[in-house]
Amino acid sequence: MKLELNEQQKMIRNMVREFAEKEIAPIAAELDKKGEYPTKTLEKMAKLGLLGIIIPTEYGGAGLDVVTYATVIEEISRKCASTGVITSVHNSLVAWPIMKYGTEEQKKKYLPRLATGEKIGAFAGTEPNAGSDLGGMQTTAVLKGNKYVINGDKTFITSGPKAGILIVFAVTDKSAASKGISAFIVENTMKGFKVGSIFDKMGINANLVSELIFEDMEVPKENLLGKEGDGFKIALSTLDGGRIGIAAQAVGIAQAALDESITYAKQREQFGKPIAKFQAIQWMIADMATRIQAARFLVYNAAFVKDKGERFSKEAAMAKLYASETAMDAVIKAVQIHGGYGYTKEYTVERLFRDAKITEIYEGTSEVQRMVIAANLLG
Amino acid sequence: MNIIVCAKQVVDVSEIKIDASTKKPILAGIPQKISDIDKNALEEAIKVKEKTGGKITVITVGTPDAKERIKELLAMGADEGVLIPQPQHADYYVIAHLLAAAVKKIGSYDIILCGEASIDMFSGQMGPRLAGLLNIPQITYAQKITVEKDTLVSERNLGDKAVTIETTYPVLLTVTKEINQPRLPSLMQILSAANKPIHEWSVADLASADVTPKVHTIDVKGVPMQRKNIIFQDDVDQSVTKLVDELAKAGVLR
Repeated sequence: MKLELNEQQKMIRNMVREFAEKEIAPIAAELDKKGEYPTKTLEKMAKLGLLGIIIPTEYGGAGLDVVTYATVIEEISRKCASTGVITSVHNSLVAWPIMKYGTEEQKKKYLPRLATGEKIGAFAGTEPNAGSDLGGMQTTAVLKGNKYVINGDKTFITSGPKAGILIVFAVTDKSAASKGISAFIVENTMKGFKVGSIFDKMGINANLVSELIFEDMEVPKENLLGKEGDGFKIALSTLDGGRIGIAAQAVGIAQAALDESITYAKQREQFGKPIAKFQAIQWMIADMATRIQAARFLVYNAAFVKDKGERFSKEAAMAKLYASETAMDAVIKAVQIHGGYGYTKEYTVERLFRDAKITEIYEGTSEVQRMVIAANLLG
Repeated sequence: MNIIVCAKQVVDVSEIKIDASTKKPILAGIPQKISDIDKNALEEAIKVKEKTGGKITVITVGTPDAKERIKELLAMGADEGVLIPQPQHADYYVIAHLLAAAVKKIGSYDIILCGEASIDMFSGQMGPRLAGLLNIPQITYAQKITVEKDTLVSERNLGDKAVTIETTYPVLLTVTKEINQPRLPSLMQILSAANKPIHEWSVADLASADVTPKVHTIDVKGVPMQRKNIIFQDDVDQSVTKLVDELAKAGVLR
């Protein structure tokens, strides 16, 4: 057993790390402040192949493994959590279900556009009354001739106002409960597609998150993903993979909190010496680093199991649960180490503090992760 | 144009710590990388190749793990790599002879590009030594290179002035880090680099390179930097006057 990235994975991680330091770090605070979507960064990332990491080469992607994917998301998120989640959703919640459940025609039509970044992807599952209880969704899709007519509202949609290709879930058979949900590939140019209000959030402010409104939205019949009634299964398996991305994002945020804390603790002097010389600070740094490494290994483990083609639901939930709670723990300590300065927007840890919280909520709250883990253990 | 780029694997100097008691640099566990300015040299080679076509070969004298660093250069855009094992005892003289022998073995070339110096030792000797051994023109500290069919024009950065030089081929240039911004390889380029050849030549393959070092390194130690910690606490005008006096005394201002 080898707990180490291979040379190719390291080379990719180093490339992304350098890219993030040069292209993302200098603008991350500004985008957060303005609530500006990282469009230019995504264009640059597309040129490097980072929007098609897991997409097979025959559809224009790099066809890489999930472990590599997780390292990419971590490095991007280390400098900008918003760019991290946009990349994660684009790859694992949009490209992946098309790769897994799409027809050859769907793959040929949509995957190259996602890989080149021509279109950004979004995943529209959540509704005002269907969050953790995804099965309770009310959006409907009715087949009329060769088109599905979709009506309903979605909410908290990452990249909602910017996405060109969306995976949308809607009820096609109300009597069949969760087995009556279907998945569709939707383009934002389709008639009846409307972007609702954009949320004013606590953090990840460069990621525009919005409502989506479907009013008699017409979706061609051939855009049904999988079969009618497959939607709930598609959503759950897709979210399993998404959790690896969010867990990696959380590790990136936590690592950034540690990086900032180490730098600050070495240069901030109190009582005549750097605060890094005080045991109170040393213990916080040691605890942060230890938890982060444990979280990273859980992420790699979940990615490794997925790469093997085995069931990875429990492993992904464990990684997401532990990594997101580690991120929260790390940013609390990081702000504490920075003292009053850490509470100001002059310092990166203030942004990290706001960004970290969402990782415990989206793509399954910590409570849902515990449910998934327990269900896997207890049956 | 056939271009040869000389690249050195170095420790990431920003990560080096100095052992407080022995003053020796702690090198264990420090990541290795390609010396930054050598990447500028490769970037310039890629730009020339994009304009004129041809082939880029990178040569590294280094430890076996330098092969992984060469792959990074192949991902960036080099076509072939050559790795020569670093002899246990080697100085600039030895390395320059090995590089010269390797260049002769490659045979056909128009341009050799090097960084102006490596980021670890920063002697700046390798380019000039290599040009001398090959007996070809050299242009050091190139901040701009324009390639024409029969001649090459380059602007040398000499600090407060720049000198423009024209030469015929073949020519060796050392580049400054300001000359360009080295590109990052895409995922696809990283993947395809695995299929590009890296030739491992032994010192014996380069028989003419039977040379022994002229310089022996006795020790490497960090230089402690002591701050004077003088604090001027009078009112601003007086403090500024005193500060200027102190700086003048220290020889910083004249």
